[in-house]
Amino acid sequence: MRRIYFDHSATTPVHPLVAREMDHFLTGDNFGNPSSMHYFGRIALNALDEAREKVARAIGASTGEIIFTSSGTESDNMAIHGAAYTNRRRGNHIITSAVEHHAVLHTVRALESHGFDVTILPVDRYGMVDINDVEAAITDKTILISVMHANNEVGTIMPIAEIGRLAQERRITFHVDAVQSFGKIPVNVDDLGVNLLSLAGHKFYGPKGVGMLYVRKGTPWKQTMLYGGAQEHMRRAGTENIPAIVGFGKAVELAVEKIDEESKRLITLRDRMIKEVLDRFPHVELTGHPNLRLPNHVSFVFRYIEGESMLLSLDMRGIAVSSGSACTSGSLEPSHVLLSMGYPHEVAHGSLRLTLGKDNTEEDVEYFLDVMEPIVTRLRAMSPLMRNSDANIPAE
Amino acid sequence: MKKVYFDHSATTPVHPIVAEEIIPYITGKFGNPSSVHFLGREVRKAVEAAREKIAQGIGAKPEEIVFTSGGTESDNMAIKGAAYANCRKGNHIITSAVEHHAVLDTCEALKEEGFTLTVLPVDKYGMVSLAAVAEAIKEQTIVISIMHTNNEVGTIQPVYDIGRLAREKGILFHTDAVQSMGKIPVHVDDLEADLLTISGHKFYAPKGIGVLYIRQGSNWQPVSHGGSQERRQRPGTENVSGIIALGKAMELVVSELEEESQRLARLRDKIIQGVLERIPHVHVNGHPIKRLPNLVNLTIEFVEGESLLFSLDMKGIAASSGSACTSDSTDPSHVLLSMGISPQNAQGSLRLSLGRDNNDEDVEYFLDVLAPIIDRLRAMSPFFQQNMIRLRLD
Repeated sequence: MRRIYFDHSATTPVHPLVAREMDHFLTGDNFGNPSSMHYFGRIALNALDEAREKVARAIGASTGEIIFTSSGTESDNMAIHGAAYTNRRRGNHIITSAVEHHAVLHTVRALESHGFDVTILPVDRYGMVDINDVEAAITDKTILISVMHANNEVGTIMPIAEIGRLAQERRITFHVDAVQSFGKIPVNVDDLGVNLLSLAGHKFYGPKGVGMLYVRKGTPWKQTMLYGGAQEHMRRAGTENIPAIVGFGKAVELAVEKIDEESKRLITLRDRMIKEVLDRFPHVELTGHPNLRLPNHVSFVFRYIEGESMLLSLDMRGIAVSSGSACTSGSLEPSHVLLSMGYPHEVAHGSLRLTLGKDNTEEDVEYFLDVMEPIVTRLRAMSPLMRNSDANIPAE
Repeated sequence: MKKVYFDHSATTPVHPIVAEEIIPYITGKFGNPSSVHFLGREVRKAVEAAREKIAQGIGAKPEEIVFTSGGTESDNMAIKGAAYANCRKGNHIITSAVEHHAVLDTCEALKEEGFTLTVLPVDKYGMVSLAAVAEAIKEQTIVISIMHTNNEVGTIQPVYDIGRLAREKGILFHTDAVQSMGKIPVHVDDLEADLLTISGHKFYAPKGIGVLYIRQGSNWQPVSHGGSQERRQRPGTENVSGIIALGKAMELVVSELEEESQRLARLRDKIIQGVLERIPHVHVNGHPIKRLPNLVNLTIEFVEGESLLFSLDMKGIAASSGSACTSDSTDPSHVLLSMGISPQNAQGSLRLSLGRDNNDEDVEYFLDVLAPIIDRLRAMSPFFQQNMIRLRLD
């Protein structure tokens, strides 16, 4: 059967060139612990330093500002927890948005039960945070703002540079989760005006199990999560995951190298997919911003169909998609992102996310559109909601 | 040049069979195990199979295994999660002076937050006494964390007795089994552990993967927040290839344990005997019998550890002076100091930790290379000269 992977926001395959570099550090003499002073340790330390340089260069940082972690989730936890406790004497107010990843939202919620005040900003129907809302939320006690660069469920790109400028003016630490945006749109720490920034390797053809936290020099931030060895300049204890870090470095390099060309290509595919779906199927709405969205991100709500049923039907035809975030796919709760964008529960349940990647082609898109047609017809024919609505709504 | 790796306590090479097993999960089978579609389901199955292998390897149930990014994370999670979950019951934590920094520094951080801490002393072998644990227990005691075996001197702690005592008193017991896994039997019931830490790269799995065992019914809570992975106990997309590797490595070390530890113990004893025969003013640190089969820790008097390591390195021999995690620092080892060894002698410590690729030839090469290095370093040492004069005057 033909297999198409349209779930690149959940995870991506490791790039063959990345895999090759990693293999090198899984075999032979290259297994050392970078903290060891001997020959084996020095090889590992060199590899670590090189990867760090690649990452720093790619996001416009200096090497001392790069901390390798085990994932985007860890980076988000570390960033927020660390910033909150380091600035505890200055204030206790944290601002974030309703559409953040759970690694941010749940961390902030946990802090709330430890005496921090939290403002969760609303979003508009595109899932966009309004800079005026950020400004209005700031108080004397505000110590941290955390807003994601691009949303993982609907692809909307947030006005990060503007928020960054505002945060800088008010001397508030600003964290950005760039897990979804990196490799798809430019991520430069100065252009975005961030103090803290999270990345996850497996979202841009690097391996799973490695992430990064950028900490701008001079940011009032200390690690408060993980205690032990002196690794990562005393900021992240634990033996460094060298093969994965090497893979991360290579993946960063590759992602940045081809970003212009590749995002243009993806935008063409994305827009074709959006146009065709909206043309062919009634009662479908694009979720997220129509233009300010990730080049590879397509998301809809199909009325009168369960997202899960579409997902399973597509899966039977070899097409891998998702109905939202993979991290919460075990739960039956409707997406917190769609709910905060104003979609009612029953509509939010009909969400479908298609996220494209480097191996997808026009043919893939065509195949998907062809397969989708009978699936939508069949599922809607089975839907009692659809039958009810047909009785009430005049034909389009 | 001949290369001899005698630093398996710092990290180990990935076993070729393990490497082979994980390559498909780095390249083809790349799904996110939380995804509902075929790519997700395929890796989910593999992750759960690995979990079962690990559970089997340590006598646990699969649902008691939580994957982490390494031993340090597991230690942090274990102790903090236990402390926070039981903070209404009490606020007292017991640990020992020779723990890994991942345990000691976590306990110190909790102390800053209002927990109280007893750091138990050890004897000259680096051994914690059961009586000292019993004496330290108070009504407010909620967690005891004592490592299974020490990473610097290899001493095996009376973990079973401590665990049983903790269970009697209704106190959670955590043990860091990072160094013992794969060298001596690690079974959660035999060790009476409620929480147990394992790190993959210490037994031929790759870096970046670890386990926290959490006994069913333990009052413990997660310490980081996000997705619902690992039964909501540890968020973050699973490190699939690392997990697969850990499962395979566990299977391999457990099946080869008996034979391999006998082989290593013989090599270890050959090193000890050889060094003691050929070089004067040398002491073996750690317990003479209750020790890891693959670890030798020596104090070589009148020699500075760093110079010794450097000289060995020039001859292709990779060894360490103690824990790799703190090798940046010039402080003498907290383990050796708490065993009553003088700072000066602690600086002259040499740790050799053997592994599956080491053989008799490696040991002989090491012994041949060591003696002239020691002679040269001692000839340059003012302490040694003074001492020799003193000995002659005596």
